[in-house]
Amino acid sequence: MMQIPCPNCGPRNVNEFRYSGEPRKRPVGEDVTPREFRAYLYERTNALGWVTENWYHSAGCRRFIKVERHTLTNEARPVGSAAEESAS
Amino acid sequence: MSPRSNLGFLWSSKQELQVGRAMEVPEIVATSGQASARRRGSPGPAKYSAINLLKKGLSHGEWPRTFREHELAKSYDVVIIGAGVHGLAAAYYLASNHGITNIAVVDKNYIGSGGSGRNTAIVRSNYLTPEGVSFYERSMELYRNLALTLNFNVMFSERGHLTLAHTDASVRTMRWRAEVNKLLGVNSELIDAEEVGRIEPRLDVSKNTRYPILGALYHPPGGTIRHDAVNWGYARAGDQLGVQIHQNTEVLGIDVDGGKVTGVRTSRGHISTPLVLNCTAGWASLICDMVDLRLPLITHPLQAAVTEPVKVFLKSVVVSGSLHVYVSQTDRGELVFGASTDAYPSYSMRGSLEFTQELASHVIELMPSVSGLRLMRQWAGLCDMTPDFSPIMGFTPVDGFLVDVGWGTYGFKAGPVSGEAMASTIANNRTAPIISAFGLERFATGNLVGEKGAASVGH
Repeated sequence: MMQIPCPNCGPRNVNEFRYSGEPRKRPVGEDVTPREFRAYLYERTNALGWVTENWYHSAGCRRFIKVERHTLTNEARPVGSAAEESAS
Repeated sequence: MSPRSNLGFLWSSKQELQVGRAMEVPEIVATSGQASARRRGSPGPAKYSAINLLKKGLSHGEWPRTFREHELAKSYDVVIIGAGVHGLAAAYYLASNHGITNIAVVDKNYIGSGGSGRNTAIVRSNYLTPEGVSFYERSMELYRNLALTLNFNVMFSERGHLTLAHTDASVRTMRWRAEVNKLLGVNSELIDAEEVGRIEPRLDVSKNTRYPILGALYHPPGGTIRHDAVNWGYARAGDQLGVQIHQNTEVLGIDVDGGKVTGVRTSRGHISTPLVLNCTAGWASLICDMVDLRLPLITHPLQAAVTEPVKVFLKSVVVSGSLHVYVSQTDRGELVFGASTDAYPSYSMRGSLEFTQELASHVIELMPSVSGLRLMRQWAGLCDMTPDFSPIMGFTPVDGFLVDVGWGTYGFKAGPVSGEAMASTIANNRTAPIISAFGLERFATGNLVGEKGAASVGH
């Protein structure tokens, strides 16, 4: 079982959330080629380790949130908490 | 994608290596002088047969190791990353069909430790797209003859495969699949609930359930095969032809010089090679990162479980997309369950309680009489899902770096044909026709294969 720290509701059970993917930058503008747009659509980093990702708290505040998660251990922490810890 | 031209070495070495082509063991197979690792005096690889079994039984003689261990050589013609069914099959077919034997298959763990040993061992070819059907049908053909080809009992069991339809929409898809299959000569038909009840009397085909069974796609040639035996069989047969299998050898980096692969850095030393084949399924993105190649893959765990053994009552493989479960009974009598992939990506292979709860509720809905059975174990494997539920195979923009990845939830059943096709692609330096639809380029050009309708469970 994994808990996700929702910035609005606090730590909640993962099945209250829907995974919403790794944050990506949508290419905009008239000079974007289909090839570039498809790369945005399909390509993923699929990283092993700490990643920042989007989750949707569907059974809670119903907001899209950003969370850091370790993709091997499934530990989750609020965004930026690691930096704060090392600073203090 | 245009074929690459750095494979000249294969053309020259191929002639010299023709000796490795016959089934007998080449005298010298390793360059490092370690070829004598096989015990002296042992009469070469033992052929498995009833007579040999009897002889060994009477003499208490030891069987030779099924495959040998080697020191890592300085260079290989081909390095295959990932010693699962895909990697081992590619190595075997490179050696047997094309006479290329200076191959290293490296794996950070033991052979078959990833998806190849974690799947539910189901084989079938009742897919939706013509590209998919012909591809998986070739795999079935190779599987049917595999025990003879490899001289290894892979326990292939053609027991029939039922994909249940619980909604009008899925009945339509089943009809579609049945017609595509028939056109391509694959035995599949749409049957109604009564017929399903006749084939599998333990299934609840009454109309008063939450998801009543409306019909099924019946695929008689589908069945199961022993996945460990497939891995071991390919390893043993490849080893006999001179392929070197290196377990516990993690790849740490891949050297690329001027857009061309030149070598592989491993935990046991450096190998120089002009050609690397990535067969690492769930970990494929991490290997591709080493050559700065971004793939359309997302790794999700998929969990499976097995019950205590009971008297055999379930003949076919039963799949229900709406109930997210597929089940078959082993020859020992255990029920083997698989489910849909977990809802979020992860590299974790730990089981979860939600999975067993959900699985149990769905299985009991399907077969109320198994409610008293106890689950013995559960496990997870990693699935590298692609957007179109089809694999990514062939050349990449990096010269000498080929992929056989994106195997999602359907990799095991495609093992033999993938090995055969990748071997042909490497040896001829040209994409094999049977995999031409599965190139990486399709995501840039938008020519996706769209096999989601034939994925065994909903995702």
